[in-house]
Amino acid sequence: MISLAHYIVFGTVLFCISVAGIFINRKNVIVLLMAIELMLLAVNTNFIAFSRFIGDPAGQVFVFFIMTVAAAESAIGLAILTLLFRNRRTINVAELDDLRG
Amino acid sequence: MPNLNDILTLLPEAYLTGAICVLLLLDAFISERQRAAVHWLTLLVLGITALLVISGQMQGTASAFGGMYLRDPLAEILKLAAIAVTAIVFLLARPYIEDRRIAFGEFHTLTLFALLGVMLLVSAGSLIMIYLGLELLTLSSYALVALNRDSPLSSEAAIKYFVLGALSSGLLLYGMSMIYGATGTLDLNVIRMMVPMTPHHGLLVFGLVFLIVGIAFKFGAAPFHMWLPDVYEGSPTAVTVFIGSAPKLAAVGMALRLLDMGLPELLRDWQPMLAVLAVLSLAIGSLLAIVQTSLKRMLAYSTIAHMGYLFLGLAAGTAFGNAVAVFYAIAYALMATAAFGIILALSRAGFEADQIDDLKGLNQRSPWFAGLMAITMFSLAGVPPLFGFFAKLLVLQAAISAGMLWLALVGAVFAIIGLYYYLRVVKVMYFDKPAADSVLAASRNLPLRWVLSLNALALLVLGVLWGPLFDWCLRAFTAA
Repeated sequence: MISLAHYIVFGTVLFCISVAGIFINRKNVIVLLMAIELMLLAVNTNFIAFSRFIGDPAGQVFVFFIMTVAAAESAIGLAILTLLFRNRRTINVAELDDLRG
Repeated sequence: MPNLNDILTLLPEAYLTGAICVLLLLDAFISERQRAAVHWLTLLVLGITALLVISGQMQGTASAFGGMYLRDPLAEILKLAAIAVTAIVFLLARPYIEDRRIAFGEFHTLTLFALLGVMLLVSAGSLIMIYLGLELLTLSSYALVALNRDSPLSSEAAIKYFVLGALSSGLLLYGMSMIYGATGTLDLNVIRMMVPMTPHHGLLVFGLVFLIVGIAFKFGAAPFHMWLPDVYEGSPTAVTVFIGSAPKLAAVGMALRLLDMGLPELLRDWQPMLAVLAVLSLAIGSLLAIVQTSLKRMLAYSTIAHMGYLFLGLAAGTAFGNAVAVFYAIAYALMATAAFGIILALSRAGFEADQIDDLKGLNQRSPWFAGLMAITMFSLAGVPPLFGFFAKLLVLQAAISAGMLWLALVGAVFAIIGLYYYLRVVKVMYFDKPAADSVLAASRNLPLRWVLSLNALALLVLGVLWGPLFDWCLRAFTAA
C-alpha cells in the first residue's frame, strides 16, 4: 500500500535533485532549465498527492495552472538561451561572468 | 458560478487586459513615424485604469470568483502606487528606448503586462492567484531585461534573472504545497482559520520556511540577493527603472497577503526569520555598496539595504508595522524612479552615464539636474526633512514598538554607514572637475525633464506632507 508519506518523500527527493542540479552544475545552462522543470514536477507531485488524500480537488486545479505557466516559462527561458548563444557563442555557466563585483 | 458582479469587481484588470491586446495589435499595424501614438495611448490606458481602481474601491471592499480576487484598501493603495510609478517609468524611458532602437511597442506592452501581474498579485485571495500574478510579473520582466537584443550584458543578466527567478518560484510553490497539505485549502482566509486547528504544525512551519525564502528572493533581500546587482547593471536602464520600483510594491503586497492575511498565527515563527533577513540585508547591502564604482550597481546594493529596512516594518507584524512597510515600499519606489531617472536623463546612445565617475562635475554642466540628484541621494540616505527620512523613522519606530529594540539599533547604525556612499555621489557631482573629454549633458526631452523634476521635488514635498499618505496606508490595516 502506497501511503501519503511515500508520495511526499518522492516529491522531496525530486525537489532535492533539482536544487542540487541547479547549484552543482557548472557547465551547461540547458541542464539548469531541466532542473527547473524537475522542481516544478516535484511540486506537482506534492499537490496531487495532498489533493488526493485530503479529498479536495483544488490542488489538482493548481497543478494545471503550474503546468501551463511552466510551459510559458520554458518558452521564455529557451528564447533567452538562444539570444545568449547568439551574443556570446557559449552557454557555459562558468563563462557567464561579465557582470560581477 | 461567476456572474456579472464578479467581472465588475475585476473591472480594472479586465480593462487593462483588453487595452493591452488592443495596443499590441495597434503596434503591429502602425507605421514607424506614428509610433508616438502607442506611447500616449499607453499613458491614457494607465489613467483610465487608475480611475477604475478608485471608482471600484468607492463601492467598498468586495471579493470575486469565490474569494480568489479581493478588492480592499490595501490592494487599492498598492495598485495606484504601481500605476503612478509605471506612468513615470514610461515618460522617463521613452528617449532612451528611441535612441537605442529598442523595440518600442514591445517595451510598452510588456511593461503593461508586468503591471497587470502586480495588480493581480496585490489583489490575490488565494495561493493560485498569488502564483499566477507573480509569474505574469516575472515572466514579463525576464523578457524586458533581454529587450536589448544585441547586448551580451543584457542577455547574461536575463539568463541569470531567469534561472534564479524560476528557482525562487519553485521554492515558493514547494512552500505553498506544504501549506496546502497542512490546511487542505488554497484560500488565504480559510488558511488563517485552519492554522490553529491543524495537527500538522511541523508541516506548516516547514512550508513557511520555503515561503519566506521565496519572498526574500523576490524582494532581493540578502542572502538571496545574488541576482539583483547583475540584473540592475546588465539590463537597459529604461528597464532597470521599472524593475527597481513597481515589483517592490508587488513584493510587499505578496508578503502581506501570505504572512499577515494567511499565516498571522505563525507570527512567532516568521518574525525571527524576517529579522535575520533584515539584518543580513542591511549589512550586505550597505557594506558592498561602498566599494562599487558603477552607479547602477551601487543603487542595486542600496536597494538590498532598503529591503532590509522594509523587513523591519514587516517583522513587527502589527497593523502599524504593516502600514509602515507599505509606506516604505511607496517611498522607495519613488526614490528609485528618481535615481535611475537621472541616469536616463544623462545617458544617450554610446554614453550610458552609469559609472559614478561619469557624474564628475555635473554641477558645472547642469546645476538643476545635479540639484535633483542631490535631493534624491539625500532622500535615499534618510536626511531630514526628505521623504526617505520619515520612511526610515517610521520603520525604526515600528521595530521598537514591536519590542525589537536591537533591530532598530542595527537599522540606525547602517543608516549612518549608508550616508557615506550616497554622499560620495554628491561629492563627485559638486566638487570634482569633469574629465576633459566628458560628454556629460542633460537630456533636452521635455516630458522627461518635467517628470524627473516633479518626481524629485515630490520627495521634498512628501517629506513635509507625508501625514495624509501614511494615514491612508494605516487605514488599510485598521479599518477592517
